[in-house]
Amino acid sequence: MSDSLRVDPIACEGHGLCAELFPEWVSLDDWGYPIIDARPVPAALAQHARRAVRDCPKLALRLQENVSSGPS
Amino acid sequence: MSTTALRVSPPGGVARVLAGVRDDGRPLSLSDHLDLYGPLETGRALIGLVDESGLCGRGGGGFPAGQKLRAVAAQRGTPVVVVNAAEGEPGSGKDKALLRSTPHLVLDGAAAAAAALGARQVIVAVGRDARAERAVLVEALAERRDRLRWRLAPVAEGFVAGEETALLASLAGRPAKPAVKPPYPFERGVDGAPTLVQNAETLAHMALIARYGPHWFRSLGSTREPGTTLVTLSGAVARPGVYEIELGTPLSHLVAQAGGPTEPSRAFLVGGYFGGWTTDEHIRLTRANGLGPGVVVAMPASTCGVRETARVARYLAGESVGQCGPCTFGLDALAGGLERVAGGRADDRGRLERWTGQISGRGACRHPDGATRFVQTALDVFRDEVGLHLRRGRCGATDRGVLAA
Repeated sequence: MSDSLRVDPIACEGHGLCAELFPEWVSLDDWGYPIIDARPVPAALAQHARRAVRDCPKLALRLQENVSSGPS
Repeated sequence: MSTTALRVSPPGGVARVLAGVRDDGRPLSLSDHLDLYGPLETGRALIGLVDESGLCGRGGGGFPAGQKLRAVAAQRGTPVVVVNAAEGEPGSGKDKALLRSTPHLVLDGAAAAAAALGARQVIVAVGRDARAERAVLVEALAERRDRLRWRLAPVAEGFVAGEETALLASLAGRPAKPAVKPPYPFERGVDGAPTLVQNAETLAHMALIARYGPHWFRSLGSTREPGTTLVTLSGAVARPGVYEIELGTPLSHLVAQAGGPTEPSRAFLVGGYFGGWTTDEHIRLTRANGLGPGVVVAMPASTCGVRETARVARYLAGESVGQCGPCTFGLDALAGGLERVAGGRADDRGRLERWTGQISGRGACRHPDGATRFVQTALDVFRDEVGLHLRRGRCGATDRGVLAA
């Protein structure tokens, strides 16, 4: 698996579950919002990533193929 | 500069998009405009020409204009063209100046883009408060003879309102808030159609590339950043205003062009509230050096950089549309920290450092990134003054309100 964990910053309300479920990849800023490692999640941690995605109360997380950003 | 000269050869000087600006400030009529620049060539070939020209967006993002055209052209459905003249940055006046003085150049760029893309509808988005510009556009649009459906649309004012997806939201009658991308406007924009949202100045350059070609365009500027660009210069210079410069011009040349300094400068803000502070008066004005939408401020030593920065940081926090946590809470925290430092109430330098590191890159749009860069470079450039404020609550200068907010 070479997907990255991404957050929809508009949907996210800072519940912080992701940081509890997947601390290897997610930390929280001073206001409780997730800071997510942008690198692809290694296969060994894929289970944790999927669980964080599934259990986010705002469904703000997703696993996404790495794509370069488009026009601003 | 003569306004009656029949000059259909390309402008030879640095004044390209401003070549026809009249001393009396009146806009160029369609016939003045055609006398000056000659007829507009339109067609699909524009996309290749713009690609070759190396033109990049002049609204601040700096995205390659040819690539953006191609992204829209590759979509299914009839595209729509949107002229982005929202210009929400308080220190910026160049898009409005362009619309007031040479509206047909901007409209030509939009018409050329529409022809290249097969679009039939062009929306000219101008801030609600830009009444003079709208009046000029109403007259200019009435003069045009083409088959496009033009619509002049007043949009929300605000720092973030010019961000593409915020602009599209405003056009659709929703609050001007950025959306999460994808989908990008080139995929789904106005009424779900593939949409080219392009800055007004960028379109003006495009109108000249359509006429005179990419080689002419590249004859000024550098290989990496070709062409000319508009800058809005304010602060301690004799003649503040909008200037057209070659990309890569040293800041000191721009200041000289504006009649020189009126008093010694302590620092320069390059790129507006999306850019950063520098003390290097010879810095080359390029996108790579953070020129962004072309806002340059010469900060006199007689005003307090710390308090000015704190005031603008508070303004930027207020301009957050409050959708994303790191921006909503982070920019407020940055402003609060700066205010405490300026008042000598708390040494929040460590926290400010940590917060700037945490906030950048974490919003749906780049508002938090710009605000953090602005604050971070201020802490660096005004380090000595920050030290004085922490000891005494002041540095000897007061906030003279040089920075607009």
